[in-house]
Amino acid sequence: MRQEYIISVYSENHIGLLTRITNVFTRRKTNIDSLTVSESAIQGIYKFTIVVQCTQAMAIKLVGQIEKQIDVLKAFYHTNDEMIFQEIALYKVPIEPIYESDTIETIVRRAGAKILEITKDYVVIEKTGHKEDTQALFEELNQFKVMQFIRSGRVAITRDPIERLSEFLKERDAFLTSLD
Amino acid sequence: MPVYDALYDFDKEVKHILTRHEQGAVHGAQGYARVTGKAGICFATSGPGATNLMTGIADAMIDSTPLVCITGQVASPLLGTDAFQESDIVGMSIPVTKWNYQVTTPEEIPEAIAQAFYIATTGRPGPVLIDLTKDAQFGELDFKYEKCTKIRSYVPETHVDPHEVKAAAELIDAAKKPLILFGHGIIISRAEEELKNFIEKTGIPAAWTLMGLSALPTEHPLNVGMLGMHGNYGPNKLTNEADLIIAVGMRFDDRVTGKVSEYAKNAKIIHIEIDPAEIDKIIKTDVSVLGDARKALKMLTNNVQPNKHEAWVNEFRKCDAIENEKVIQKDLYPTKPGLTMGEAVRIASEKTNHEAVLVTDVGQHQMIAQRYFKFKNSRSNVTSGGLGTMGFCLPAAMGAQLGAPDRTVVAMVGDGGFQMTIQELGTIAQNKLPVKIMLLNNNFLGMVRQWQQLFFEKRYSFTELHNPDFITIGKGFGIEGHTVDKREDLESSIQKMIDHDGPYLLEIKIEKEDNVFPMVPTGASVSDVILEP
Repeated sequence: MRQEYIISVYSENHIGLLTRITNVFTRRKTNIDSLTVSESAIQGIYKFTIVVQCTQAMAIKLVGQIEKQIDVLKAFYHTNDEMIFQEIALYKVPIEPIYESDTIETIVRRAGAKILEITKDYVVIEKTGHKEDTQALFEELNQFKVMQFIRSGRVAITRDPIERLSEFLKERDAFLTSLD
Repeated sequence: MPVYDALYDFDKEVKHILTRHEQGAVHGAQGYARVTGKAGICFATSGPGATNLMTGIADAMIDSTPLVCITGQVASPLLGTDAFQESDIVGMSIPVTKWNYQVTTPEEIPEAIAQAFYIATTGRPGPVLIDLTKDAQFGELDFKYEKCTKIRSYVPETHVDPHEVKAAAELIDAAKKPLILFGHGIIISRAEEELKNFIEKTGIPAAWTLMGLSALPTEHPLNVGMLGMHGNYGPNKLTNEADLIIAVGMRFDDRVTGKVSEYAKNAKIIHIEIDPAEIDKIIKTDVSVLGDARKALKMLTNNVQPNKHEAWVNEFRKCDAIENEKVIQKDLYPTKPGLTMGEAVRIASEKTNHEAVLVTDVGQHQMIAQRYFKFKNSRSNVTSGGLGTMGFCLPAAMGAQLGAPDRTVVAMVGDGGFQMTIQELGTIAQNKLPVKIMLLNNNFLGMVRQWQQLFFEKRYSFTELHNPDFITIGKGFGIEGHTVDKREDLESSIQKMIDHDGPYLLEIKIEKEDNVFPMVPTGASVSDVILEP
């Protein structure tokens, strides 16, 4: 059954690795819905968060092929309910229709969004949440003709009590020493 | 240029072979790697030189062959400017390399090269590519080389888990009709002896993939032949009767499995494999044993009970008798006019006492050669398996001869593939490499023609070749040779080729519509293997 999976990849920071990882998806004709890359809690180790729609069998294969890449330390796949995740969205809304309506403040407050900047031409609103939430706010704000809208890739952490990366690295070092 | 200038001073220490085309260099490196187990090395210049390596790199990737390919690149300030002979070889080679890296400063060179050799040769081997910018080549450094022995993000192999071995041993002891399938992993891990011990203790028949050929002597009583599309009748037919499949160092390629949903329906599956990504990739396993084949087989042999499966092995022999009557005798000892590929292969194998290194190209002659050439020693079969690269044979044979200078190397090639890398005759002649080239010429792209005959009502669409005078071409390069088209001259011709001091080109005119059987038609189950059209 196809469903949404979050694939997390921990890697060294090497040029070309992003292409190597995305190529694993390209070759299997699997579309990446969103991709976020940034440095993890451990300096020098980068985390990729990739959202895809696929079967579980495909998720397992993708993770296997990603882990096979030399510069990848570890890869996991999770379903949405195994992770806490968020996306951030920004909306630029023209100022004029807002002056004429008194609903904007209610909309922003009810959505748990916040106003980042107000100029004489527009207001920039920020909202963090799941895609459905940021999309719902977009629909609502669009009565004022949203000028620009952008949603980030996903960031996600597991529901496990701790991020096990540092333990994993210790285990890996011990393992590699045992191979000598 | 700077690398080659430096090579000028190291001609004693570094044996360099100048090929005529970069594809020749990379296939040559593959041939060397396959017979020695060491990394093959090739250089190519930037731009077109680098892109010409690509086919060989892809071939090495799919056939797990260790290569270190070093390419030149424009100076680093010119990267990304579409400079003369700039090609993004790192970007292009990502999908077909185990690892690649661009060096832009001289200080990076020692570590990059050390890592390249470590990555290429450990775990499941594969090709790596190092791209050297011109300024990195011209720069200077205090040279210090340290061998690479580990990389934090790379686990070449895991320790074999005794629990997995135990679970596998239980299945093996309980099986009534077990079948071993072995592949290239046996040769890569140098597990030939361990495989033999395992087979002999358990009495289990063993069949090989194309890439596993020569790991077990042909005449071993439990060697039941080749798997797959043009493999032997017994192992294909009986795969679906086996109650246990023990796959070692192989990856269930589609040419081996036929229709996956009907593959080994009655069998439990044990998969012994070094690459975790191969487990459950095609065939779902019941027990997987991760790790090096040699270590795993040793442990497994210690954990299983001695056994015999005489009745089961006999079923393979019954299939052999059927195949022998319907196919093999006609191929090897034909009575009709027109030479067959099979008789040429048989005689070549006999005349070399089954001890030669066989290098083949791709197509009909390849399948016939794999079926009928016999082997006593491992690392004796060099062929392009996964990628099926026509043009592989001649340069790979030259690399194999360099890797095994004291052995007879027979390059068996069709007329189509021969013309794809024919210029390497020049390299063979210049370096006096005594490769015995057996050109099986049917004036067709034979395998395609066979399919057109069987599945497209003999509509021979663009498969006929109007060939040149190959012997004159060979002589032009300074390589002796002759043509044979009569059965009574075949044996003496092959003998003459083998006895010749130096390279030799023997052109054998083959019957045009000589076909390869048995055959598992595309999309059919392996047990639907057919013996004749």
